[in-house]
Amino acid sequence: MSSSATNPTVGVDRIKKPKRERNPNEIGNTANFLINLFFWFYTAACVLPLFLVIAVSFSNERDVVVNGYKFIPETFSLDAYRFLFEDWTPIVNAYGVSIFVTIVGTILSVILMSLYAYPISRDDFPHKNFFSFFCFFTMLFNGGLVPFYLVYTQTLGLKNSLWALIMPYLVGAFWVLIIRTFFKTTIPVALLESAKIDGASEFRIFGSIVLPLSLPVLATVALFQTLVYWNDWFMSLLFITKESNVSVQFLMYKTMLNIQFLSTNTQAAAGIAAGGGILQFPTETVRMAMAVVGVGPIIFAYPFFQRFFIQGLTVGAVKG
Amino acid sequence: MATQDATATASAALQTPGKRRSTPFFRTVRKFWIFYVMLLPASIVLILHNYLPMFGVIIAFKNVNYADGIWGSPWIGFDNFKYLFSTNTAWVITRNTIAYNVVFIALNLGIAIALAIMFHEMRNKAWAKFHQSTMFLPYFLSFVVVAYLGMAFLQGENGFINSTILPMLGIEKINWYFEPKYWPYILPIVNTWKNIGYFVVIYLAAIVGFDKEYYEAALIDGASKWQQTLKITIPLLTPVIVVMTILQIGRIFYADFGLFFQFTRNQGALYDTTLVIETYVYQTFLAMGDIGMSSAAGLYQSVVGFVLVLVSNLIVRKISPDNALF
Repeated sequence: MSSSATNPTVGVDRIKKPKRERNPNEIGNTANFLINLFFWFYTAACVLPLFLVIAVSFSNERDVVVNGYKFIPETFSLDAYRFLFEDWTPIVNAYGVSIFVTIVGTILSVILMSLYAYPISRDDFPHKNFFSFFCFFTMLFNGGLVPFYLVYTQTLGLKNSLWALIMPYLVGAFWVLIIRTFFKTTIPVALLESAKIDGASEFRIFGSIVLPLSLPVLATVALFQTLVYWNDWFMSLLFITKESNVSVQFLMYKTMLNIQFLSTNTQAAAGIAAGGGILQFPTETVRMAMAVVGVGPIIFAYPFFQRFFIQGLTVGAVKG
Repeated sequence: MATQDATATASAALQTPGKRRSTPFFRTVRKFWIFYVMLLPASIVLILHNYLPMFGVIIAFKNVNYADGIWGSPWIGFDNFKYLFSTNTAWVITRNTIAYNVVFIALNLGIAIALAIMFHEMRNKAWAKFHQSTMFLPYFLSFVVVAYLGMAFLQGENGFINSTILPMLGIEKINWYFEPKYWPYILPIVNTWKNIGYFVVIYLAAIVGFDKEYYEAALIDGASKWQQTLKITIPLLTPVIVVMTILQIGRIFYADFGLFFQFTRNQGALYDTTLVIETYVYQTFLAMGDIGMSSAAGLYQSVVGFVLVLVSNLIVRKISPDNALF
């Protein structure tokens, strides 16, 4: 890096046009240019992989098989999407499952966690330490995959139930502690006391004073929970075998394993494969089209929501 | 729970008419009954989701067969662990988990701080914001999608690297998904690519909060940008760095299941360098049905992980009580 130009313009005849006012501690031109250049490369590295997948999904299958994946489709083609939407029931169904699980899961988890966080944020509640620890201990120790799986499938009988996709992420100890800290640090005790004197019940205080004042932290938790529920595929992998309960992520995963998951008419596909030895549908491009259809909403929502996530991260980073 | 306690108090009060004062505990319950109602729903979830499986760790000490059921299966003490640690696999999964995490922690630290400082120094703040947003994008993608992106580059026949880049360099095609030797380089790149945005946000938030006067004083003393970075920024960042690193070290026994399962497409040929404890537990249990080995490995991970989290938190509490988890 070059050091900053720090010549004060004292006694220098200003023949040249005066430049814009600059902070004397700014980096030099070369350094600034290099940093900018570097970040353009980094941005490309973050975005281009998605473009590659999109490009392949709009390519002609034969080009892809002969020449491999390219960033620019040699022959623009919608065949992959045509094939995908010929039988769109699995996709629409998967979207339904994902949207349902995400909405229900997010709302429920925010309600449950804030309800739990409020009592343990109150200093006058004698058992707050016990309940704090009861929640917190789950961060330290867990039973592991095998007992977890057996409890869910045998004790609770949640195999193939959507509840098995919702419950695992409902109460995260880390978020409960974040919300508790927020309640503690931002809501004045005097306010709660005056409400009490006015005869408000604890539920009333919680609903009309605590929650409205805590919207920033609740919004942060809701955003992150939305992302967790939308992006989750692991619980589906463990518990879901029924076609009608397959989420978008899980459908993408299954498509990657085996393209025929997309076609509900698997018998026909198998027949073609057995008869001609060649599948009659564009496997490579359809796979990528499936990925595009699955990731689309995230990409569209991203520009609007990313700044809230960035703000939320810094809210979560501060622990009182 | 709360209502039960309340009824218990009531019945106790009925049975002992001579006793006028209930114990402080029951008085607390009666006074704060609304709080117990509030705590109830999440407590039920915690019990079902977290505490019931904790009792299930006894499975690791049993020879489970479905005929006798889990509770009826015979006890075999530490035999499952003996088997597990007599194999080479136990060593491989432990080595892979720890080694990858060490590399990840180092990269997350070094690269994120370098990028955060560069963002801070950029003259055009609008561009800095833009680049920061794109850098944060991979953090939003599920590992299923990231595995697709990886496939687009690495696939043997059509992948971008094999079909375009390697021919340009005159190199033979590489079967990425069958060659374990490349993955110790691929996985850290993917992990950094996906998570670096998160760490940059954390460090940048800290840097923006520093007092400008330090830098102004340094400038008057004639310090160069390098000197300012090394002598002011890094020392001021040290508490944040230490806390973030120790917290990550506490999680060093836990791998990112998505990365090792999805991105490697769970290819058996790669297990030598890609199998970690999480994927081993999954694989032995749900693919091979070996409950004994799987639960033994799971408990081994839980116990060591527990100790590490406790120790790392103790250290954090010594350095910066505000950042300690407890």
